[in-house]
Amino acid sequence: MIRIPCPFCGPRNSNEFAYKGESRRRPDPATATAEEWRAYLYGHDNPEGWVREGWYHRAGCRRYLKVERHTLTNEVRSAEPAVGA
Amino acid sequence: MLNGNGKLNGYRGRKPARYSAFDLVRHGIRHGEWPRVWREHDLSPAYDVVIVGAGVHGLATAYYLAVNHSVGRIAVVDRGYVGGGNSGRNTAIVRSNYLTPEGVRFYDRSVDLYEHLSADLNFNVMFSQRGHLTLAHSDASLRTMAWRAEVNKLEGIDSSVIGPEEIKQLVPYLDTSGHTHYPVLGALYHPPGGTIRHDAVNWGYARGADARGVEIHQNTEVLGIDVDGGKVTGVRTNRGRISTPVVVNCTAGHATLLSDMVGVKMPVITHPLQAAVTEPVKIFLDAVVVSGTLHVYVSQTDRGELVFGASTDPYASYSMRGSLEFTEELAGHVLELMPSIGKMRLLRQWSGLCDMTPDFSPIMGATPVEGFLVDVGWGTYGFKAGPVAGETMAELIATGKTPELIAPFELARFAEGRLVGEKGAASVGH
Repeated sequence: MIRIPCPFCGPRNSNEFAYKGESRRRPDPATATAEEWRAYLYGHDNPEGWVREGWYHRAGCRRYLKVERHTLTNEVRSAEPAVGA
Repeated sequence: MLNGNGKLNGYRGRKPARYSAFDLVRHGIRHGEWPRVWREHDLSPAYDVVIVGAGVHGLATAYYLAVNHSVGRIAVVDRGYVGGGNSGRNTAIVRSNYLTPEGVRFYDRSVDLYEHLSADLNFNVMFSQRGHLTLAHSDASLRTMAWRAEVNKLEGIDSSVIGPEEIKQLVPYLDTSGHTHYPVLGALYHPPGGTIRHDAVNWGYARGADARGVEIHQNTEVLGIDVDGGKVTGVRTNRGRISTPVVVNCTAGHATLLSDMVGVKMPVITHPLQAAVTEPVKIFLDAVVVSGTLHVYVSQTDRGELVFGASTDPYASYSMRGSLEFTEELAGHVLELMPSIGKMRLLRQWSGLCDMTPDFSPIMGATPVEGFLVDVGWGTYGFKAGPVAGETMAELIATGKTPELIAPFELARFAEGRLVGEKGAASVGH
């Protein structure tokens, strides 16, 4: 069970959220090479340790959050708005 | 030192006797200790092949290397114990009713190998081909079932779409009344599918490999892999360094972490998948029943416990702890299928790790680093593919040529856009 401290709603269970995962910058489709595009599509870091990832509070404030989570223990260190913070 | 199961440090030198009815009677009369079935060794400074991961894939690769080929000294290293990872955490379902012709051919070879594995290994793996039903609760899933059935038939596999009346005959306890939230409209029926005892498969392969000279090193964690000039030269472990020209990544749940050691990026995201088991009751469920819409699959073990599996947890994680949300959701979905088991109690739940690839097909074969081979990215299909993966990886290691059966699954397919979309054959939505 993961509890996410939503800055708008307080600590809430993760099943209220949609997991968005690792955030990566999309290359410009007009100029990106095939390799860059494949790397963007499939090249995930998938680390064991602390990650900063996106979660969407779909059954709450409906805001996108940036959450710091440890992928081995599922401990959550912080959650902040993904935009406007 | 005795612990009730042979000498603690394993037998040294002498191979164990072949199991037979005579052997069983002899041990029964004499109350003798059964010898441990694989040896322990000191780590040598050099091997010809090092396989990382002592699960069904690693052990099967070592076994077929030793049986079908001749490559010198083989070591299987694992940071835990034999079959202690995802080979011992899956729900032990075997089937070959996949969606793509490549997938169907590949997994069907695995079913073939499983069918005579007990005889091959002289070890009872309890393969029970009791039939496999994938329920359809919507027109869309019925269409996918019909598609799968046609692909299956073209590849010569016993698989067909059946209606609710036939389903009711096969599984009388299933609610096929049509008065449920998700009525059962039909099912993909795959008679050769079934369940197997996964621990026995791991132990059988370990015993068979050991008897042919493979060294199995438990509690041996790989800390790093040495690469020189684009070639693998050795492996650093917590028990010392091994020099070797070939390292095979046969890990599940750690495909990324091991491949990162040589700088090969795996298109994998690791998700936990939870499962649960009930108290044992009298046998009432023969077939394996799967519902993609309800995210659940159920089978009854020979002991009478119901084994439930579900979809992967909806976030990437290396954690193997269960969650209450899973139990709650699972119970609701199972009761929708079989309301009569409402009084049964869950005994325990557990979790395994699934290395999910973008197309739900595995990643097998060579990588840009010479001597570093992979057999990873199995997602939720790993256990059922153990024997065929071992057989084909062994051929690749020994001959240097990629067998036709696994050529579609090479790592380069992602860069070249040749994905093998197998998501439609997933038991449940992920």
